[in-house]
Amino acid sequence: MSFVTRGFRGRRRETDESGRVPPGQYRTDDFPVLSAGPTPHTPLAEWSFTIASESGEELARWSWEELRALPSETVTVDIHCVTKWSKLDTTWEGASVDTLLAGIETDAAYVTAWSDGGYTTNLPLEDVTDGKAWVAFGYDGEPLDPEHGGPARLLVPHLYFWKSAKWVRGLRLMDDDDPGFWESLGYHLYGDPWREQRYWGD
Amino acid sequence: MARTAVLGRLGAAAPIAWRLAELVELVPETPRVASLLLSVPGWPGHTAGQHVDVRLTAQDGYQAQRSYSIAAPAESERVVLTVERLEDGEVSPFLVDDLRAGDRFELRGPIGGYFVWDEGSGGPLQLVAGGSGVVPLMAMLRHRAAVGSDVPATLLYSARSPEEVIYREELDRLGGGDGGPQVVYTLTRERPSGWTGYDRRIDGEMLAEVFGRPDADAMAFVCGPTRFVEVAADGLVALGYDPSRVRTERFGPSGRS
Repeated sequence: MSFVTRGFRGRRRETDESGRVPPGQYRTDDFPVLSAGPTPHTPLAEWSFTIASESGEELARWSWEELRALPSETVTVDIHCVTKWSKLDTTWEGASVDTLLAGIETDAAYVTAWSDGGYTTNLPLEDVTDGKAWVAFGYDGEPLDPEHGGPARLLVPHLYFWKSAKWVRGLRLMDDDDPGFWESLGYHLYGDPWREQRYWGD
Repeated sequence: MARTAVLGRLGAAAPIAWRLAELVELVPETPRVASLLLSVPGWPGHTAGQHVDVRLTAQDGYQAQRSYSIAAPAESERVVLTVERLEDGEVSPFLVDDLRAGDRFELRGPIGGYFVWDEGSGGPLQLVAGGSGVVPLMAMLRHRAAVGSDVPATLLYSARSPEEVIYREELDRLGGGDGGPQVVYTLTRERPSGWTGYDRRIDGEMLAEVFGRPDADAMAFVCGPTRFVEVAADGLVALGYDPSRVRTERFGPSGRS
């Protein structure tokens, strides 16, 4: 049982959120920005997205135009940031990771996403397949802002949002789970918001 | 870092425990900002720049969590949080207005291993603060002073008015002392009569004047609202700062509702 703080009542939302806000989160209607360093500004002409093997071999690669020419999906999902905010019913446009991995044979169990600026994050392969993850380039009907990860970011809404790597440039297929940027700095290896897996040991 | 080393630490990692913090004293800093001086038995220590998670529980079990930067240096016996009261906030008005000395609440930490500086990190230390974004940067300046570091340090601090400058007296004292940091203010809305300092939002020209060309070992920390951080971080990169040595922390909405 948690310690009750004298006089704290809190401000419950009047609307029923039908169990959509995970423990320790609060709902916001803003779209806060979090990132560890400056926003990269890679020109689209130099941009590409790569699927690589663990050894770094390039298995597939798309230019910006090629990625945009792939079938795209529009999805409306709830997102949950480890800094406590959750935002409901966010609408994104992007290419499903299933589309990007189609035709690639692999025994990998994990992927590491990498980004402009050096950011990385690790995920089980099964968490980015079967309709669970996208490379998103549109938000709310507009091109994705650079501060929110544009031109494209990974979108994995069922995990804390640091897993949805901004400025994503590729996925590396991995045999083992290799801690990424925040995962090496104290944040949870998996990051399930419903189990409140924020930090090491949670 | 070797993967096996990290996995080893992960495997051995104990959860970051919730601890009971007791308010020893509440120090008003500005009309909207106060510092909470806390006694936290069992506190494991921290590095300047880190934050804590606060969890408040109501009588009926309802809970709310928020994150706050630590203002105290690593050397401090107290955990000090400096909290800005957000008008439509759920937790910050309670902490700033309702909490009394002796009241207790839960917190856990320290959290965050990137936006941190200690003497061993080197420098020069280049700090850019917007509003209450000064809090984690103040922890760095307090640590620098506490250990008598001679790492050159500069703080460029943007506030709306003189009344909204947090830690004004302490910053002036630190800045005026021997080997103290250079402290430069810009006041964007209201200025005292006779003000000769900067009177506008930060821009590339101001960053160039205050920080100049980067030393290869310079470390920059930028904290403030999103727009502010975008301008400051982009501006430092344009001056030649290595993006990997410009670390950012942001708060507040994006401006896009």
